[in-house]
Amino acid sequence: MHDDLLLEVEDLRKHFPIRHGLLRRVVGQVRAVDGVSFTLRRRETLGIVGESGCGKTTVGRCLLRLIEPTQGHVWLHTDAGPVDLTTLSASQLKRLRPRMQMVFQDPQSSLNPRMTVGDILAEPLVVNRVCRGRRALQERVCALLEAVGLRASDARRYPHAFSGGQRQRIGIARALALHPDLVVADEPVSALDVSVQAQILNLLTDLRAKFGLAYIFIAHDLGVVAHISDRVAVMYLGKIVEIGATHTLFATPRHPYTEALLSAVPVADPYVQRARQRIRLGGDVPSPASPPSGCRFHPRCRYARPICAQEEPVLRAVGPDHSVACHLADELALQGMQGSEPAACEESAP
Amino acid sequence: MSEHDARAVDLTPDRGNLVANASVDPGQLSYRQLVWRRFRRSKLALIGGTVLMVFYGMALFAEFFAPYDANRDNARLRYVPPQTIHFRGPDGFSWPPFVYGLTQTRDPETRELIFTQDISRRYPVRLLHRGDPYRLWGIFPCDLHLIGSDGPMYLLGTDRMGRDLLSRILYGGRISLTVGLVGVLLSVLLGSILGTISGYWGGVVDLLMQRLIELLSAFPAIPLWMALAAALPPHWTGIQVYFGITVILSLLGWGGLARQVRGKVLAMREQDFVLAARAAGAGHWYILTRHLLPTAYSHIIVVATLAIPGMILGETALSFLGLGIRPPLTSWGVLLEEAQRVTVVLHYPWLLLPAVPVVLVVIGYNFVGDALRDAADPYST
Repeated sequence: MHDDLLLEVEDLRKHFPIRHGLLRRVVGQVRAVDGVSFTLRRRETLGIVGESGCGKTTVGRCLLRLIEPTQGHVWLHTDAGPVDLTTLSASQLKRLRPRMQMVFQDPQSSLNPRMTVGDILAEPLVVNRVCRGRRALQERVCALLEAVGLRASDARRYPHAFSGGQRQRIGIARALALHPDLVVADEPVSALDVSVQAQILNLLTDLRAKFGLAYIFIAHDLGVVAHISDRVAVMYLGKIVEIGATHTLFATPRHPYTEALLSAVPVADPYVQRARQRIRLGGDVPSPASPPSGCRFHPRCRYARPICAQEEPVLRAVGPDHSVACHLADELALQGMQGSEPAACEESAP
Repeated sequence: MSEHDARAVDLTPDRGNLVANASVDPGQLSYRQLVWRRFRRSKLALIGGTVLMVFYGMALFAEFFAPYDANRDNARLRYVPPQTIHFRGPDGFSWPPFVYGLTQTRDPETRELIFTQDISRRYPVRLLHRGDPYRLWGIFPCDLHLIGSDGPMYLLGTDRMGRDLLSRILYGGRISLTVGLVGVLLSVLLGSILGTISGYWGGVVDLLMQRLIELLSAFPAIPLWMALAAALPPHWTGIQVYFGITVILSLLGWGGLARQVRGKVLAMREQDFVLAARAAGAGHWYILTRHLLPTAYSHIIVVATLAIPGMILGETALSFLGLGIRPPLTSWGVLLEEAQRVTVVLHYPWLLLPAVPVVLVVIGYNFVGDALRDAADPYST
């Protein structure tokens, strides 16, 4: 199983400079992503969860080098061995682009309103010169539309004629056009109605089986993530605080932040739901421009001790395929979601 | 999929037309068709557009529509007031209609020459009259005029050299309506190219471009115009001088448009569909030409439409000051320049008539531009 690695991310960092004044001098850094490491196997889905502004989207974009990472390595395992994406030149990168694609959050802005759906789906094929001739292109576009549950005749229509869920299907079809190994899905269902969310999640699951895809599934909705992911990484302020197999992480969280997130997920059983303890985090997420000392979560952590403010915890293994970055991981007994799988799509996403 | 059909109806901007074109799938309407659907809902814009088309049509065929050659003078018929076409004579309805002859008398008190109608002489007014010979667009020899008469027929009066004002307005429209287009075209080209570069690449390029635009916009306009008018080579003909001035004006005036295009491109650059194109491996040129420019396109057209009346008014103002077109060339500004003095306005008020087409054209452009601006974003609401 471990030989089947697709992606290895090593100490990925992205710092955005804060510029000020007439000369646009750099006066500070926003540490959007600050040392993220994880691995992803073929056909595996890794969910990345966290609050708004914790750097999940930046991680996703850095992986595809849509944003240039400040530091770190992203190894993509290809037939010719692992390739470090961060060191590739533009033309080398272009050759690897088809291996990894992206699905965007906002189905409104991810489709150019001036292009027909057919042109939108043909774009990756034309840019990479995959299909020769109009006929071949048309057939491929029709096949893509049918793969995501739309009609072939929809190719002639414009995005404005589609609902949010249908547009997201088009966005998924575009990501699949080049037969990628990896799809980074950046909150693909957060902008959709709850009923449509379930359809899109099921579609993603079906496509994963059909095309052998690996997903990096970015979301802030734990229910959605639990439904689709094999493994989950919890991010807080640019760092991964806990990562592990979905079942383990949900049942026995080892980080107080994960515990707090899980306690906010409603359970579709009123007796269980009422019996659960709800953890309210005080305050806001601190600014990533000046993160707190030590453990970044300590100002909001109800278990915090003096050491937490002084020393930064490292991500360490606490079980098979389960790592956590907390000084107190071995001492605390944290509340998970006992037995009951979180109801994936029935609950509403904010 | 039941959402399909419900959605298609919902997003159509005008339901009234949906009934008429029930066979057309509104989902297949392109951006241009959607804009046109919205545009034609504005009655004012359609009126404005019609007025503009009429004026441009008349300017295109000025020789045919004008009863006389614009430079045909007549020393004995100076400052003739506008004559009217009569359909009724003393003996009832008459066809063809006619104009009365003119007799010149001197006012006993002011000693001024005045024209009065001579009812004894009548000159029939004919459609497709053969009058002054001309070469249409300088190529086809012809002498056909829309209307004409064998006697003097000055429907809008004559100027101080006895030239027909109506003919001169029609000929003048040619210059006044086109120089604006040339100037705007040039500044649109410059503005959109430089604005796109500035917005797309950002950084130092953007910084320098913005400072340059600020510098250009800080120049005081009128002294600069006067200096430029003086600096152009003296052996240039009037039309060359004017084109020279429009070119320089547009070289100085692209800044505003460049800023707007830059803002548009800056916003678009971060749109997800641009990121998607980059993720697919598209290069800068592809993204610029397929995604960014088409999106900024509608905005550019709107800005240009609203800038043309400014250029037309600029021409009028410059010529009025004696800096723009110079006689013997004719433009609306040149015609108005002749109406500068108070005595002229007092005694020969018809010489102010060239202001009417200026006003109509400027309003027409503004109506069209406003409606275009409203229609340019058919995806909102």
